[in-house]
Amino acid sequence: MNVTNTPDPDTTASAAANPRPVWRRLIGFNLLTAVILGVGGYYLGWWIGHLIKGPSYAYESATDENDVALLLGYLGGVLGFLIGMGFANYPISRLLGRPASLREKEGEGIGRYFGLCTDHKVVGMQYLVGIGVFFFIGGLNAMMIRAELLHDTPTIVGPNQYLTLVGVHGTMMMGMMTSGVLGPFANYFVPIMIGARRMAFPRIESLTFWLLMAAGFILVSTIFFGGFPTGWTGYQPLNDQAVAGMDSYICFFALVGISMALLGMNMIATILTMRAPGMTWSRLPIFVWAVFGTAVLMVLAAPMLIATLGMAALDRSINTSFFIAGGGGSSYLFENLFWFFGHPEVYILALPGFGIVLELLPVFVRKPLWGYKLAISGMLGVSLLSFFVWQHHLFVSGINADLRPFYMLSTEIISVPTGFIFLCFMGTLWKGRMSLTVPMLFCLAWAFNFLIGGTSGVVLSDVATDTQLHGSFFVMAHFHYTIMGGLIFSFFAAIYYWVPKMTGLRFNETLAKWHFWLMFLAFNSTFLPLFALGIMGMPRRVSSYEASLVPLNTWVSISAFVLGFSMLIFIVNTVYSMIFARVPAEANPWNSKSTEWQLPTPVPVHNFDQIPVFDSDPYDYGTPVPIAIGRSAPAGA
Amino acid sequence: MSSESSVAPGLAPEEPNHWRRFLSIWVIASVIGTPLIVLLVGPLLGPSTGSEEAGGQHTIMTVLAAVATPVFMLVVLFIAYSLVYFRQEKGAALEGPAIRGNARVQAVWIVVTSLIVLGLAVYGTYELEDHYGHGSGSGPNPLTVPSGPKLPVQVIAQQWLFTYRYPTYGGVETTHLELPVDQEVEFNVTSLDVIHSFWAYKLGVKADANPGANNIAFVKPTKEESFEVRCAELCGIWHGAMVNPGKVVSATAFNTWIHEQQARLAPATKALPSYSKTYIPEPTRRAE
Repeated sequence: MNVTNTPDPDTTASAAANPRPVWRRLIGFNLLTAVILGVGGYYLGWWIGHLIKGPSYAYESATDENDVALLLGYLGGVLGFLIGMGFANYPISRLLGRPASLREKEGEGIGRYFGLCTDHKVVGMQYLVGIGVFFFIGGLNAMMIRAELLHDTPTIVGPNQYLTLVGVHGTMMMGMMTSGVLGPFANYFVPIMIGARRMAFPRIESLTFWLLMAAGFILVSTIFFGGFPTGWTGYQPLNDQAVAGMDSYICFFALVGISMALLGMNMIATILTMRAPGMTWSRLPIFVWAVFGTAVLMVLAAPMLIATLGMAALDRSINTSFFIAGGGGSSYLFENLFWFFGHPEVYILALPGFGIVLELLPVFVRKPLWGYKLAISGMLGVSLLSFFVWQHHLFVSGINADLRPFYMLSTEIISVPTGFIFLCFMGTLWKGRMSLTVPMLFCLAWAFNFLIGGTSGVVLSDVATDTQLHGSFFVMAHFHYTIMGGLIFSFFAAIYYWVPKMTGLRFNETLAKWHFWLMFLAFNSTFLPLFALGIMGMPRRVSSYEASLVPLNTWVSISAFVLGFSMLIFIVNTVYSMIFARVPAEANPWNSKSTEWQLPTPVPVHNFDQIPVFDSDPYDYGTPVPIAIGRSAPAGA
Repeated sequence: MSSESSVAPGLAPEEPNHWRRFLSIWVIASVIGTPLIVLLVGPLLGPSTGSEEAGGQHTIMTVLAAVATPVFMLVVLFIAYSLVYFRQEKGAALEGPAIRGNARVQAVWIVVTSLIVLGLAVYGTYELEDHYGHGSGSGPNPLTVPSGPKLPVQVIAQQWLFTYRYPTYGGVETTHLELPVDQEVEFNVTSLDVIHSFWAYKLGVKADANPGANNIAFVKPTKEESFEVRCAELCGIWHGAMVNPGKVVSATAFNTWIHEQQARLAPATKALPSYSKTYIPEPTRRAE
């Protein structure tokens, strides 16, 4: 490879960055400015809101009940934050006819992680840490929920605080997890895997991250406005009835929706247009295929969420009545619109997990991916079908009851393409040379958990059995098995697999194995009994329940605390390995053939000195099998 | 495959026939496991005696568990089998065979899984329509309606209580539910404020209560017992406490009870709005 002859024209501008004195660095477009402008924007919006609406300024500001003011405050705060971050600079300088660099702040040392940076690898790290912080908050909420459920009547927290905990936990996890894999891992590795030097829209890439951080902060701020009682679904008219904390939910989810749509669009554009020579569709790593399917779902589903929440915000602030029966609206409309987003959303959460597991398996069983095309059709089939099943969330609601056989059919059919993924999983294990590394353990656990999640889903897809189970703990256990058991386990597989590449540092393996075993056992010990509780008739989202169910709930709570403790082991391991021990990782510890492991660590800013040319997929493992002439191969081969 | 070593010298000659061995393990485990699940776990899968609907739901649940057992075992046993036989030897760095797929296995898998889910969908649809919605809220105009006399009962949900109106008994409204045994009941469920869900667990009936909408569910109680009505849709802070007693009694006891209520509550009934499928409430407003 001739390195010096092909300098990347994009990077020359940032190559000579001089260290500047600290005081000089504090002035300009950075996190500090962003926070100051964000707070200023919030109070500006809040003030304008009070001017527009309110019989009495004093009354409204005393009770915090002016939704117009709060919504405008959040809007102003987010806009101020983004302007302070420097997101307006590029369009403005282009409007004024000034040249603008394609790459910003890529050579600034540790500081680049705290601002607008167009290096996709920096954005990946930002996502991993930023999302991790909000996962931690969501997880603490779950611990408090389980602490409350040690008792059959509201004891530790009041019913209002309990519902806020449930709502923040669900909303935070759902909102953050949408970008849980695409944010850190797809942003970091998709350009490398397809042989590109950057994402298609690097500035939008950074925007998606900072939007998500602003959103997370807004959701947490709900506790200053009385919380919200609706859970993550935000059903109307309870939504309309709720106090001002509901506006935090609306703003959070709308911002997540914007971030999601932009992230998806960026991924689609990158994968469509920036593949290196030879990176044909049939050589694309399966992880990139999964990201592509997810991105399409995001772009199609998220706008529905944004629109729905916009309508809810109007209902709340200026008394329109999209969803209010007394004013000619319908509570069914919200359910319909919400789940039209909501069901693709759960596959937005599932697909990246499929991609990670199938991407990692060949490395750890030393075999090519079995049934590459079947896996792709499985993922695309799931993506397509996920837009035709949403009313299975509304089987007993009375809406379109005559169409229920159709939704039952489409829901059950979606298990066929999901089954393809399992077949590819098993086919890849077949006659392999499996090494039980930590990422591999998480992949195996994914299969076990997602299998339970999937089979329990079949029970819920049947209207007759769903009649009994709808709205019970059974449903709750089901989706925790698919999302936590599916996505979070594969998320940890990805962390243990890829973080040594991202940081150049190795995890402590003993602690990692402790984390895995404790998490796997505690997870199943927590959520398997919840199926039983659901069948025994315990509804979701309650803090008072039948006294006879206390022993089983106590068991679940204790298991949940152990599950929380396993997360602490992970945090301790991360802090210890990445900050204190700092053992350098080998260049390619897993002996992987994927592109990212062939690059030096840390990966150079421009990834490749020369754009690579691909002549195969990254699954070139294994010894060739001789072809038996004149007879078909043995059935299992 | 006795001739395997002659055509595939790359594989170790002592390699057992994993295919046949795994299939045998799976078939044996399924044949033993499925009846065990049906016999041991089946009875625990929810209430079955309270009503015809609960009984049917319990049967379907058992059938689904029986179908799911071999599928579940296939994957779990496969993982276990792989963990035993398809391992990297300690300290070695051996490569597996470069198998990239098998058209026959894939075709069989696609056909079999499709047939299973199509079968489940047909079964589910038949059971649903044959049992008039199987206790589920089926909207204001259910597709299939039981023939014969039905006792209409209106369920009015509001934060955080249920009341019940008997239109055929002068529209009397009671605070708890009483039903005659072996009598087809038609619940008309509606709400006065937010979305609730009327759930009588022992009777296997659940129907969402939406403001301004009627939602019909049919149920035929088969056992004289007391039961609980709960709200199954998050409806605000006291959602968990939205519990209401109910009772299934003999036809004569029901008659005595309902006439007693009619007489006792006559002044209150007069003050109620006349019976209607829905009661459009005032638009909800927070205190201002």
